[in-house]
Amino acid sequence: MTDATALIRLSGITKTYGQGQAAFLALKGVDLAIEPGEFVAIMGPSGSGKSTVMNILGCLDTPSSGTYVFEGVHVEQLTRDQRALLRRNYLGFVFQGYNLLARTTALENVELPLIYRGEPAAARHAAARAALEQVGLGGWEDHTPAELSGGQQQRVAIARSIVTRPAVLLADEPTGNLDTRTSQEIMDLITALNRDRGITVLMVTHEPDMAAYAKRTIRFVDGRVESDQLNGGAD
Amino acid sequence: MLWNTLLLALRAIRRNLMRSFLTILGIVIGVAAVITMVTLGNGATKSVSDQISSMGSNLIMLIPGQRFGAGSSGAPNFKLADVESIRNQIGVAKAVAPIANKATTAVYMAENWSTVVSGSNNDYFKAGNWELAAGRTFTEAEERAGKAVCVIGDTVRTKLFGGQNPVGSEIRIKQFACEVVGLLKAKGQSAMGSDQDDTVVMPLRTVQRRLTGSQDVNRLTVSVREGASIDAVKDQLTLLLRERRNIGETEEDDFRVLDTRQLAETLTGTTRILTMLLGAVAAVSLLVGGIGIMNIMLVSVTERTREIGIRLAIGALEREVLLQFLIEAVVLSSLGGLIGIALATGASIALSNLMDIPYLFDAGINLLSFFFSAAIGVIFGYFPARRAAGLNPIDALRHE
Repeated sequence: MTDATALIRLSGITKTYGQGQAAFLALKGVDLAIEPGEFVAIMGPSGSGKSTVMNILGCLDTPSSGTYVFEGVHVEQLTRDQRALLRRNYLGFVFQGYNLLARTTALENVELPLIYRGEPAAARHAAARAALEQVGLGGWEDHTPAELSGGQQQRVAIARSIVTRPAVLLADEPTGNLDTRTSQEIMDLITALNRDRGITVLMVTHEPDMAAYAKRTIRFVDGRVESDQLNGGAD
Repeated sequence: MLWNTLLLALRAIRRNLMRSFLTILGIVIGVAAVITMVTLGNGATKSVSDQISSMGSNLIMLIPGQRFGAGSSGAPNFKLADVESIRNQIGVAKAVAPIANKATTAVYMAENWSTVVSGSNNDYFKAGNWELAAGRTFTEAEERAGKAVCVIGDTVRTKLFGGQNPVGSEIRIKQFACEVVGLLKAKGQSAMGSDQDDTVVMPLRTVQRRLTGSQDVNRLTVSVREGASIDAVKDQLTLLLRERRNIGETEEDDFRVLDTRQLAETLTGTTRILTMLLGAVAAVSLLVGGIGIMNIMLVSVTERTREIGIRLAIGALEREVLLQFLIEAVVLSSLGGLIGIALATGASIALSNLMDIPYLFDAGINLLSFFFSAAIGVIFGYFPARRAAGLNPIDALRHE
């Protein structure tokens, strides 16, 4: 515990898929610390373990060994339900494939996390509308994902991830399915959330253009952190 | 948590209307089929027992031989003297009617009609709950003398006389003319499906003398006073007839004593078997409906697994997801069950009207098929979800 201010601290994290002969070591001992308010890009070639570490950070997957401390809590010791509550209360997710509920309006998609939080209907609707407004989708509340473009769907996903005012936003290739211009709009939105609302952003990407929006880049190769550096002047 | 989960479940049903509709449809058809079949079967059973009671209440029939029907292994017929003996010895016997049957043709003008002539006495009408539509029954003198007079059933009247009043006309039976003195009120079909109104009744002596040519009586019908114990009277009748027919103590009866209740049991037993058969066929359709539901649920499992992944990722607890799926399954199957019951009630009422049988609401089969369908829906809706909700969120999200 050298760095008491760290929001997230991973030490000696490994992840093994499969068993015996077929076992595959996706992470071979990862140590890293993330401070509140950081904007971190996680890069690396496919199979480098960047998505695996992202899933572990997001409590979507569990490490095979090592410790993961989130705000002083040892996540690797939490139960399944406790990890769910941690996701519910502290984390927001944005995926490459948007992962919105099909045939469900933007408003209902955005208010979904609030329903699980047990917020009353009126507060829920107001918060969901405000979040959609914030991502620039005011007036699109009643549209289903099929009626929205990819960029709009990703905006809905971002609205859903921030509607709970999370401490950390985890974005896994958020621009992977989008064209350059839309990608830039999405990245501007995420940057603004980091800057204006102080949300810590962890983003996996393999595009250097997108990583350039971050203040810090961690590069993974072959299941290990290869480099970890601050992006000079990129803001 | 329950309220919120209910909201989520209803939203999930609403956004998958086609899937919900198909799920409900399978249950609706299965439930409706089972209930309709069983209800109609029950109605048919009731209708049979109603018809039996229309034959006359507290009725005991004596038939020579041990088997139902004619040609009974050479057991001797009854004699007219048996009737007197029963009248004298069985105090509660209200009416004792000897019956001698002969199938023959009745002719009136240019019309002719094949029917059965029954020779009996006035007790025949009393025992069989017959009422007169016109005319009269036999006089004592006619019975004693074996006069050529007859009382005819409604079917015979229609076939020979059309809509006319037959009383006073003469019909020809075989080689002799016979005056119609009475017309019976229509009674409709018997429990065995034969037309009870297709009958010509004459004094017993007339039939014996002019048609059968013997002193034999094919059948005895004894009607017992209300409140008397049928079983006791049957025992007395058996004893009496064994004595009169000289049956040794070790020998078996060479006649049968049947009462309407027994007959009712035999016949309703048959329709009950048919009901069970129909119910079984319908149960297969309920099962097929269930398999249809299973199919729909399994097909949608990929999409639903991803949905479960999304819900888990944004912080739903496993039990919240499961509760939602359980509510969905229960709502859909109960809705299907209720629609099925409504449909079955409508169909049963309409069909029993059409088939002219009474409509009987059977709470048991309604509940049974409702809960069976609910169980199918819940099992096939819930268990695939349980597997998915147990996955790591990331595995559920990546499910292909």
